[in-house]
Amino acid sequence: MSIVGTAIGVDSSEAPSHDPEGDSATVQLAMQRVAEQLRARAERSSGNAKDVLSATAQLASDRGLLKTVTGHLRNGEGITSAVHNAVGEYAEKLQRLGGYMAERVADLHDVRDRVICELRGEDAPGVPELSEPSILVAKDLAPAETATLDPAIVLGIITEEGGPTSHTAILAAQLGIPAAVKVSGIVQAAHTSDELALDGGAGMVLVDPSATEITELGERSARRTVLLSGSHGQGLTKDGRHIALLANIGSAADATKAAALDLEGSGLFRTEFMFLDRQDAPSVEEQTDTYTRVIESFGNRRVVVRTLDAGADKPLAFTQMPEEENPALGIRGLRLGMRKQELLDTQLEALSRAYRATHGDLWVMAPMVADVDEAHYFAQKVRALGLPKVGVMIEVPAAALRASRVLREVDFASIGTNDLAQYTMAADRLNGELAGLLSPWQPAVLEMISFACKGGATTHSHIGVCGEAGGDPLLALVLVGLGVTSLSMAPKKVAAVRASLAMHDCSRCQEMAQAALDSSTAAQARDAVISMADPAVRDLL
Amino acid sequence: MISKTAIVGASSGLHARPAARFSQAVADSGIDVDITFQGTGVDASSVLEVMTLGVGSGDEVTLSTANDADASTLDELVALLASDLDAE
Repeated sequence: MSIVGTAIGVDSSEAPSHDPEGDSATVQLAMQRVAEQLRARAERSSGNAKDVLSATAQLASDRGLLKTVTGHLRNGEGITSAVHNAVGEYAEKLQRLGGYMAERVADLHDVRDRVICELRGEDAPGVPELSEPSILVAKDLAPAETATLDPAIVLGIITEEGGPTSHTAILAAQLGIPAAVKVSGIVQAAHTSDELALDGGAGMVLVDPSATEITELGERSARRTVLLSGSHGQGLTKDGRHIALLANIGSAADATKAAALDLEGSGLFRTEFMFLDRQDAPSVEEQTDTYTRVIESFGNRRVVVRTLDAGADKPLAFTQMPEEENPALGIRGLRLGMRKQELLDTQLEALSRAYRATHGDLWVMAPMVADVDEAHYFAQKVRALGLPKVGVMIEVPAAALRASRVLREVDFASIGTNDLAQYTMAADRLNGELAGLLSPWQPAVLEMISFACKGGATTHSHIGVCGEAGGDPLLALVLVGLGVTSLSMAPKKVAAVRASLAMHDCSRCQEMAQAALDSSTAAQARDAVISMADPAVRDLL
Repeated sequence: MISKTAIVGASSGLHARPAARFSQAVADSGIDVDITFQGTGVDASSVLEVMTLGVGSGDEVTLSTANDADASTLDELVALLASDLDAE
């Protein structure tokens, strides 16, 4: 195992700087060392990781930063405080610029922590260089750190903080690295133990596992391999009901990778990535090109494109929307599209051109739809362009409760379980402490999904799920029992879900769904469903 | 002291990557260069200073350096700013 250092603060008892020029020279030396270490790591990396590390190295040797630190030292601040506060000044400016600039703040904070550690003579924070395959244990991991992990050497990730829908957990899933988050006390336990075992599927961590436990885990893993290797083709329940199994993707590159796998298309193409990394909105030609490539990757398989889901929580440099007190409840998703119509119109125009060029199985849906008026607004725009299928995301409780009316306006709906849980439980997705409330097993969340499915049944509409819940082989059974007809997930999860569906009849899924709804708590709901499922499913979890 | 104006060609303005390439070029040139945008002048070799100016595509900036003998270096930097730094 390898333990990642915890958050770095300032030395609260440090003396004010008496020799600002001398201290400045000390900071300069520390910055140079940090930059050298990062450049050395960049040299040994490739692709995305190399770029991230080189850019961070440049920040670490920045002259402006050193000048600002020196200014703080001259004001009599202690040495680590000066570094901390100087970085804080730039971070605030970058944050104000928003969009891609704001994303650099995490890198800047990384530099700050590394420099402070260097000044203290401590090991650099962040993920240490691993010499052998290891399980990584951390208080929390920055998304940038997670993105650069090598699945060949990082066998698993265990963190104390972060929720199951935090970006770190999602990135780990995409890399295919088993992860367990919100494991309280694990950093302490890791320090005092020799060996850890992690079962990522079950989110189970064993501290100093016995020989028997290791054997059991190994056997389970072998059984899982057998189950997965027998899983091919369409998603079908045991009695043959078709449940389309689809991939969540975020770029044309993701599409190429996912399309090479045994799955039925993409149930969620997040289009944000094209917009977040820039100062101007992408042109209609550029978007057309990307959408065409994504549709072509999947041939005649389904591609569900979600229009831009941005807002105060994921700010865009070029929309100039004011900051909001409660971004999650503010102008985001379709609400932004309705206020910046040219953004939405350009995107839909590009989609219609891509459709005319490919005649693929293209479905287009809007994020964050709350009521019938919004669904109507979106549907008439999409249909006016001759696009074949229009739908809405159901992630706001209002839309779930009134699904029968909302679905009269559109052809299909896709339930975003992460946001639906956040809004049903009034619990911020980004707050790790609230992970328990955000469990998709919460009976209230399942009830909300049930409302949406019942509403969809009145109009015979297709209802999919494209949140993390769809990739859980056990929860997938409940969702199917509630009436969901497609599941979209991280591509690597498809095989396990397909194997699980194949072991259960529709009627059994319905009984499991009812048992979950009849439970009082999330834990009881999961227990009830596990006890009713085929025992072999446990090997898939 | 010489100054030259430049129009920023990077299609997304001087955000992270273009700013990084530009300030690296300034640092490599070995001379001290200031970049001024809307009345604010900063050290052009600092990627943080350059980024936080918030310069957009097509914006006009001024580059200046103390020694007149460095005019040709300044011309090269002006040309670099005018190019599409976003392109690979």
